[in-house]
Amino acid sequence: MISVDHVTKTYGTFTAVDDVTFTARPGRITGFLGPNGAGKSTTLRVLVGLTPPDHGAAHVLGRRFRDLPNPGMEVGVLLDASAQHAGRTGREVLTIAQRTMGLRSDRVHEVLDVVGLSEAEAGRRLRDYSLGMRQRLGLAHALLGDPEVLILDEPANGLDPAGIRWMRDLLRGYADRGSTVLLSSHLLHEIEVVADDLVVIGQGRVVAADTKADLLAGAGTHVATRHPAALAAALTSAGVTHHSTNPSVNGRGLAVTVLRVEADSETVGQLASTAGVALTELRAADGAGLEEMFLALTADTQRDRQPAAHNTSPQGALA
Amino acid sequence: MTTETTPRATPAQASDRPVHVPSEPIDGQGAPQARTAPAAIPVRRLVGVELRKSFDTRSGQWLLASLGLAAILTTGAILAWPPADQLTYSEFTLAIGVPMTIILPIIAVLSVTSEWSQRSGLATFTLVPHRGRVLVAKGVAAVMVTVPATAAAFGIGALGNLSGSALAGVDPVWDQAWVDVGYFALGQTLLLLTGFVLGALIRNSSGAIVAYMLYGFVAPGLLAFLAFSQQWFADARPWVDAKYNQDALLRGALTGDGWSHLAATSALWLVIPMVFAVLNVLRSEVK
Repeated sequence: MISVDHVTKTYGTFTAVDDVTFTARPGRITGFLGPNGAGKSTTLRVLVGLTPPDHGAAHVLGRRFRDLPNPGMEVGVLLDASAQHAGRTGREVLTIAQRTMGLRSDRVHEVLDVVGLSEAEAGRRLRDYSLGMRQRLGLAHALLGDPEVLILDEPANGLDPAGIRWMRDLLRGYADRGSTVLLSSHLLHEIEVVADDLVVIGQGRVVAADTKADLLAGAGTHVATRHPAALAAALTSAGVTHHSTNPSVNGRGLAVTVLRVEADSETVGQLASTAGVALTELRAADGAGLEEMFLALTADTQRDRQPAAHNTSPQGALA
Repeated sequence: MTTETTPRATPAQASDRPVHVPSEPIDGQGAPQARTAPAAIPVRRLVGVELRKSFDTRSGQWLLASLGLAAILTTGAILAWPPADQLTYSEFTLAIGVPMTIILPIIAVLSVTSEWSQRSGLATFTLVPHRGRVLVAKGVAAVMVTVPATAAAFGIGALGNLSGSALAGVDPVWDQAWVDVGYFALGQTLLLLTGFVLGALIRNSSGAIVAYMLYGFVAPGLLAFLAFSQQWFADARPWVDAKYNQDALLRGALTGDGWSHLAATSALWLVIPMVFAVLNVLRSEVK
């Protein structure tokens, strides 16, 4: 259980974290999502006591982090996999943590196994580690004390696709047995597949926080047809809100118009059937919808301005 | 060291990727299992960890080895080019002490600054969110290094004294008492703590080492020149020049008022800066 209550942190006139409040619940993976510089890392540093907040407080397992008697045994933290002495071997980094926590020494061997680092790799110095190996070592460091809360900042950075899949399975396993997992990312697709709950942050403020299912439910339905006018008329007469996106060309060179409809697939299918409109595609606008939401929510906080958010759905348009 | 682990299954034993964590029964609250709160981390354990951290890298091992190497090289140099008058034990121990006044403070500097320069502080201060305790452990660990250093200085110095007198065909002169061992160790400790404070104040390895070199080797020359040319400073010097008193302590030449001078300069140049350094470390942000 993690709770962040009204945390604010300013640097001079710059507000890095602005009144951020959210909770991460046990048995669930909470994705902490936001563009670069949105305040994710600062929030996580406040959470583990490395950065003093100007206002507000953060609690892990009902206590302030500094009040945990042996934090590594209750909270596994990975903030930056590269933040270790470059001259130490991987095994030595883990041994230091193992001794600090007062764990059995064979625990180091066990977590190396869990994260898939070989004994030979563990004997190499960190300056010779790839980013992916550092992430695995950082995860081993976080898992060492067998904690019931995991706080991971961009853990998938530098992992190959198989590594990302492996990490996802590992975190799912932890959440399924009741642990609280909070992981941050600036990559929507990475978080979307693994998280149960989402907290979206932009410009230091929480812009959305809900279960993934609820956030997706608001994303509506994705429909494609070659008779957009007829479908639009049917939808309008049924009082269903819809947006037309740019016409695109399907595999046979025929124009297909994609609509985003704020109703579930069944309703849209029924309306289309009643109106006698043939559909070329009908599905819940899950990924694309969340991406649009993410881009829209963070549009004014993005360094790179996106063109009108509801018109961008490249995957859907080309499907 | 005591181990306070809760009796739980370890996450996974498989070595292949991907690894699945075996599920455990979940109760109504979704909490993994009732856990007993772990015991607090004793400072004694942290001292052991900090000692290990000082010497678990190549650079740390070289620094430790250089304590002995410098002692042997210094002894060899005295034997190769002996002074005109007769060799004594103190000539060996004091000469060996000089390189140690550089190496020991560097060990102390790096034990603090590497947490920032190498960014390992992120892990250190999340495992132990009480920075004061970590600093105490680092300080104690660094001071403990003076024990083998002092033993090396007097041991290798004794071998040098025996060899030197045998080469000259005279009886060795043992002009060092046990109390001199104490003076030597205390003098080295004060210099090492000066390095420690500079490390905690500056929190950058090269910056803190340069600052220590200025303190230990540049400032004394300038202050000696000032004392030579200005009578008022020559009178005031024992009350303000810390290194002057520390050198006297290392030589075992501190008597009477000298101890008051040492106490005054240590308060001014060691204790007060240490208070600032500690407050700074406690309040700073670790990135």
